Amino acid sequence: MRKILLTLSLLLFFYNNAYGLITVDITRGNLDPLPIAVSPLHVDPKSEKISQLETEKLGEEISKIVERNFKSTGLFNPLKKDAFVQKPDIAHLKPRFEDWRLIKAQALVTGKLLIKDKKLKVEFRLWDLTAAKEMVALSFTTTPNNWRRVAHIISDKIYERLTGESGYFDTRIAYVSETGPKNQRIKKLAIMDQDGFNTKYLTLGNELVLTPRFNTTNQLVTYLSYFKNMPRVYLLDIETGIQEVVGNFPGMTFAPRFSPDGKKIIMSFAKDGNSDIYSMDLETRLVEQITKHPSIDTSPSYSPDGKYITFNSDRSGLQQIYVMRSDGTQVKRITHGAGLYGTPVWSPRGDLIAFTKVRKGRFYIGVMRSDGSGERLLTENFYQEAPSWSPNGRVLIFYRETKSDSKGKGFSAKLWSIDITGYNERRLKTETDASDPSWSSLLSK
Amino acid sequence: MKFNKAIKNIFIVLFSTLLISACSTAKKAAVDTTDDVYTGTETVKYLAKGVPDRVFFATNKSKLTTASRDTLRKQATWLRKNKDITITIEGHADERGTREYNLALGERRANSAKDYLMTYGVSGKRIAVISYGKERPINPASSPLAWSQNRRSVTVKAN
Repeated sequence: MRKILLTLSLLLFFYNNAYGLITVDITRGNLDPLPIAVSPLHVDPKSEKISQLETEKLGEEISKIVERNFKSTGLFNPLKKDAFVQKPDIAHLKPRFEDWRLIKAQALVTGKLLIKDKKLKVEFRLWDLTAAKEMVALSFTTTPNNWRRVAHIISDKIYERLTGESGYFDTRIAYVSETGPKNQRIKKLAIMDQDGFNTKYLTLGNELVLTPRFNTTNQLVTYLSYFKNMPRVYLLDIETGIQEVVGNFPGMTFAPRFSPDGKKIIMSFAKDGNSDIYSMDLETRLVEQITKHPSIDTSPSYSPDGKYITFNSDRSGLQQIYVMRSDGTQVKRITHGAGLYGTPVWSPRGDLIAFTKVRKGRFYIGVMRSDGSGERLLTENFYQEAPSWSPNGRVLIFYRETKSDSKGKGFSAKLWSIDITGYNERRLKTETDASDPSWSSLLSK
Repeated sequence: MKFNKAIKNIFIVLFSTLLISACSTAKKAAVDTTDDVYTGTETVKYLAKGVPDRVFFATNKSKLTTASRDTLRKQATWLRKNKDITITIEGHADERGTREYNLALGERRANSAKDYLMTYGVSGKRIAVISYGKERPINPASSPLAWSQNRRSVTVKAN
């Protein structure tokens, strides 16, 4: 997975703001997206032909992926290519800044690529057109089949440079693919690139599967499977396809999630009508009971430092969100608003907890601080739940279901994303209906 | 005076229409649900003559109603008579709750049914439970009626 060699001929200009270089403020909504021109990458004519790859179109394709990534953030406005004024190879050497400013671009991305000895060598630059300066120059080498990832890595580097935050384009989404009528749904584990490409199905659909979640290295997924009609938490190695049951529990285990260091899985274990939270160390196989309460305790999620756990419990009579120390002590209820709360997930930045709220028959995705204060509801709908964080903690992905008629028609389940600003709500394309998304961390760090 | 009488008449007519419509809604509700719990028979199957296979629950609840307890006593009697039968109790929730909470809720509902069968003399060894959460609706509609039919625990013969 980490086969991309980042040959860092990195010329970052760290003395930036003193020169008034362009920056994008991502803490506000998308009031004023930055106009950016993404020139097609120049394809070196000496490039080798690779089977099943249209080498001569590769530069154009990569630039299109970068544009789509930028557009999806709501922070950038990629300009139409037919207005571009300079040939890609010439612009990449040194753009005529005043010409690009004429088409109202503030930033320009240029690049070139060469396929030689079955390796793809890519070079790109980001230019500040207003200050007439190069902001980033980077080159790297990889296998030609990785060309889509090249586009995502370029997008991440530019996003990082312009916003000051790490990107989230070179990532994947694990989810549950859904087909068939609502009362006989066939569910499979699936994985795709963040932009909806390279979908792979990891199970065949013979048994019900739910709630896949990545570990921090993105090699493993933990999920719930009804294999042999015994609902248990499983572990799947994405590369090898090897699956195993997590632990040996005399009953249903569910709601799994990795600890931030990837060493443990935390989950619910239900027995005799009571669900409590347990963790299992994947190396020592040691099981630890964390909550002990006659109510339902589920949906646990660690804080990024591993010191705390947020979870869902109905010990007050109704579903609410709680935080405790990761040994189970100092349990504190943090939601007190009107309505029910579920699916708490701690942000990778540690500052916020995302949740699902149900009030007066409507479903909301929201965020609040980890003490429960500052609740903000981002989106409201007939049914939606299960937020998952982008690795930079700026975007949430979740699933949404539509109402069905008396025959079950009209039902659909789709993935959506929204910025934590509450802006930029958009649907993610999936090959089939989809639910239970889990956003990976960056594949190349 | 005449005018007053006319108003009075209108009032009576109006009142009686109200009364009739009130009656009809009350009657309809009585067929389907009481206090959020399904009381109809539309989706019910029978384990044996006069032994319904399922009981229904109120939203987010796993408490057995009087009718549910009656159904489960019939199941217990039938199970005591047929000692070689083993069962699985499937617990279900409606689609109006988060997936993971509903898995726990389904498990709790199946266990309320199991516990009640055990107090009426059925050995726990003969009873397996499984929760499907909201994954297996019997009625795929998005309506209060469908939801009430889906909040259920179903006793299924396992052998």
